[in-house]
Amino acid sequence: MEPSVSVRDLRISYGALDVIDNLQLDITPGEFLVLLGPSGCGKSTLLNAIAGLIDISDGEVWISGKNVTWDEPKDRGIGMVFQSYALYPQMSVEKNLSFGLRVARHSKKDIAERVSRAAEILQIEPLLKRRPSNLSGGQRQRVAIGRALVRDADVFLFDEPLSNLDAKLRVDLRVEIKRLHQRLRSTMIYVTHDQIEALTLADRIAVMHGGEIQQLDEPLTIYNRPCNMFVAGFIGSPAMNFFDGRLVAGQDGPIFEGQGFATGLAGYDGNGPLPVNRDVILGVRPEHVLFDRDAAGQPAEVEAVVELEEPMGADSLVWLTYGEAKLSVRCASGKRYRPGDRVPIAFDITRASIFDTQSEKRL
Amino acid sequence: MTAETQPRGRKPRRLTASRIGIYAFLVFAAAFFLLPFYVMIVTSFKTMPEIQQGNIFGLPTDFTLKPWSTAWAHACTGVNCEGIRVGVLNSFEIMIPAATLSILLGAINGYALSFWRPRGGNLIFAVLLLGAFIPYQVYLYPLVRMLSKVSLYNTLPGIITVHVIFGLPVMTLLFRNYYVAVPVDLFKAARIDGGGFWTIFFQLMIPMSGPILVVAAILQVTGIWNDFLFGLIFAGRDHLPMTVELNNIVNTTTGTKAYNVNMAATILTALVPLIVYFVSGRWFVRGIAAGAVKG
Amino acid sequence: MKPLRLRRLSAQVALVPTWIIVIFAYIGTILWTIRISFTSSGILPKYDFVGFKQYDRLFQSSRWTISVENLAIFGLIFVIGCLVLGFLMAVFLDQRIKGEGIFRTIFLYPYAMSFIVTGLVWAWILNPTLGIQQAVQNWGWHGFTFDWLSRGDRAIYLVGFAGMWQSAGLVMAILLAGLRGVDEDIWKAARVDGIPPWRVYLSIVIPMLSSMFVTAVVLLAIAVVKVYDIVVAMTGGGPGISTEVPAKFVIDYLFNRQNIALATAAASVMFVAVLVVLGPWLYNQYFRQDRRAS
Repeated sequence: MEPSVSVRDLRISYGALDVIDNLQLDITPGEFLVLLGPSGCGKSTLLNAIAGLIDISDGEVWISGKNVTWDEPKDRGIGMVFQSYALYPQMSVEKNLSFGLRVARHSKKDIAERVSRAAEILQIEPLLKRRPSNLSGGQRQRVAIGRALVRDADVFLFDEPLSNLDAKLRVDLRVEIKRLHQRLRSTMIYVTHDQIEALTLADRIAVMHGGEIQQLDEPLTIYNRPCNMFVAGFIGSPAMNFFDGRLVAGQDGPIFEGQGFATGLAGYDGNGPLPVNRDVILGVRPEHVLFDRDAAGQPAEVEAVVELEEPMGADSLVWLTYGEAKLSVRCASGKRYRPGDRVPIAFDITRASIFDTQSEKRL
Repeated sequence: MTAETQPRGRKPRRLTASRIGIYAFLVFAAAFFLLPFYVMIVTSFKTMPEIQQGNIFGLPTDFTLKPWSTAWAHACTGVNCEGIRVGVLNSFEIMIPAATLSILLGAINGYALSFWRPRGGNLIFAVLLLGAFIPYQVYLYPLVRMLSKVSLYNTLPGIITVHVIFGLPVMTLLFRNYYVAVPVDLFKAARIDGGGFWTIFFQLMIPMSGPILVVAAILQVTGIWNDFLFGLIFAGRDHLPMTVELNNIVNTTTGTKAYNVNMAATILTALVPLIVYFVSGRWFVRGIAAGAVKG
Repeated sequence: MKPLRLRRLSAQVALVPTWIIVIFAYIGTILWTIRISFTSSGILPKYDFVGFKQYDRLFQSSRWTISVENLAIFGLIFVIGCLVLGFLMAVFLDQRIKGEGIFRTIFLYPYAMSFIVTGLVWAWILNPTLGIQQAVQNWGWHGFTFDWLSRGDRAIYLVGFAGMWQSAGLVMAILLAGLRGVDEDIWKAARVDGIPPWRVYLSIVIPMLSSMFVTAVVLLAIAVVKVYDIVVAMTGGGPGISTEVPAKFVIDYLFNRQNIALATAAASVMFVAVLVVLGPWLYNQYFRQDRRAS
């Protein structure tokens, strides 16, 4: 199938500085793609390049089978939603929605139809006569989405649309956007630095860092099999526990030798056979550390010391020290732990990741 | 389609008509604004016979520095031929204490009004605010009478007082708006640490007022230097500021008009504010924005 | 720590000079001026009461009516000229042009100079015998005449023009700051919506900058009412009394024509006019804002 949006050999530079260099990205029709990364990673730059809002230095942008590299944003068949809403402040909601259509000389009937459809979808009909200054943040962002909607675009671009909202509204609107995508089935490209938004919304996530796409995969793959240390550390909260160590040969295949402990690697879901005699880093998510009773009887069980406990309602986070290393563990709430308690732990190797210390890539 | 027509990379920039139009407008506007300055300078280096030929825009053919020395030391106002140099000194004598005092008073006012909320503070603020907009003509005569009563009329302290009085609204407003933006928690913390009115002012507020002090200085230095009205009425014969001297020299009714000397004197008078303008750069714009009394 | 009342006291003490200035130099002088305007004072103040006699005289004096008319003409040229020129300069400077800093510096430098300097320079350029007129004639257009400065019916237009030259940069600076404050995303959204730039300025940006336009107009209007120096420097009120303005009328009658009652009546009229025009704006600007803040 022909991709809905295709970015080929993209390079963007400011002066001598390449912000993005030789980037490739294909997005299938109807896909919800999230560009995720820390600030300054180039995700917004990439989105703006797709929209045609910034000059690119090299490469091509294709949308719906058409080379739009030199086209104006309005001719690309896109709708866009901005972080600051970017509503026209002196116009009513209705005018905000219809202004672009009126400038493009659509018929009155057509404009009215499109506006009322968008208003219905987003449930902003009661707000149509109001000015943006009289709307709440959530309402403003709905209007901004509506403005993208009336354009009947093939592709919707979202530039951190929820970042200016408070936590509760963010959750509400996140659900709303997902619902919208399920209803419209349009291609959506969504930029965020919030991993929860990315994991919940995306069909696929492109994790970006330093102007490059580090990993482009489905959310669970990104979470469970991060392709390198950056992705592993960026996704997940609290962050993955890392242990420096070395792979050595053992009786039943390679063994990980950490500082003060060793564990067999049976069941490890790797990219191929593991090498031996190599410095590596073992990464285990807090919920994949077997703890207390779960750890009892496991191979490579060791004893760690509780430093502090953070009960979070549904579960608890326990911070432990083990020799020099510190690690966090997610466990069911119920039993309380006190500082100084000694508890056994072990690692669920089937869901762990092993990275090459040199290249930081997953093995 | 050939590969050549396939759009790729940066969109080729064409020098469109609108681009040319923008630059044409800007260049014309720049020429319009520079023209008077150009005319001033070339005129000041011409001899009178050359000026009589009427090529006001032409470069001097007979270059001379004489008009400048005349303007500086010998230009006449009526029978008095001492040049503009007297006015320079007077202007500095007026400007330096007047600017310093009005800035200091404005800072104290702004600080007291925004943090201490003294009784009647709103009244002071309202009167000063309104006072800034009312034409000076309303105050002049009673002020002359009041100053004569205390023997300050036509004296140096008198003209300085007048500048302080009428600089007060803008200065108060400037500092009040600046201090209002300072987190009140900072002030509370200083109070808890035992700071009194003056301690907090001199040790906390003044050190963090750098930017606004610069803006205030720019406003007051250029404003007082450029003043004509107060200098004319309150300064008295011995302390006439440069602007008044300049107008007297140029618009003197005796003798033939020496346009070259006039222009040299005009440039000399404009020099101090122009230097302030070019040195301060963006600060001057900030001063304008602040002087725009946005609440 | 000293008790609260005592510490407030030092704030009150610090404001004593300001109180003196406010009471005597502002409130006192205004009341005094208004009081004299109802007397028959000549060179020296008399404290009789003649009602509105001075105001009658004032409005029957052609010098005053000409002054007011001139103020209107000057004001219109000056304010509209500054707004249009200033706005255009700001918009064109906002187009990512090369050398923006240089252009901005050039557009604003006249504002650093006094109205006296401005008036003298333009009086020289527009000099009917040796200025532009002669220069153009020397270039070969012998029939060219431009002697408005010596024509009673035209000179005030030139004063307004010179004022515009001095102050247009102010409007430019205010509006450019406003344009730079417009959210970049608004421009992006408009581009995605396919709205041409001129339409964005007209329908979106200008309405957004309305408060800045008001500020600019108020600042210019204050300059209009106070206009005095530039007339003195450029025309001295002439030819004849054709470029007189109210501010100059007051000064002349106070200090040269020795009729302080008439002068103070004129000053009082100016005072009331300014109050009527400025009152609503000041209320809007400050007191409504206070309410919002609280």
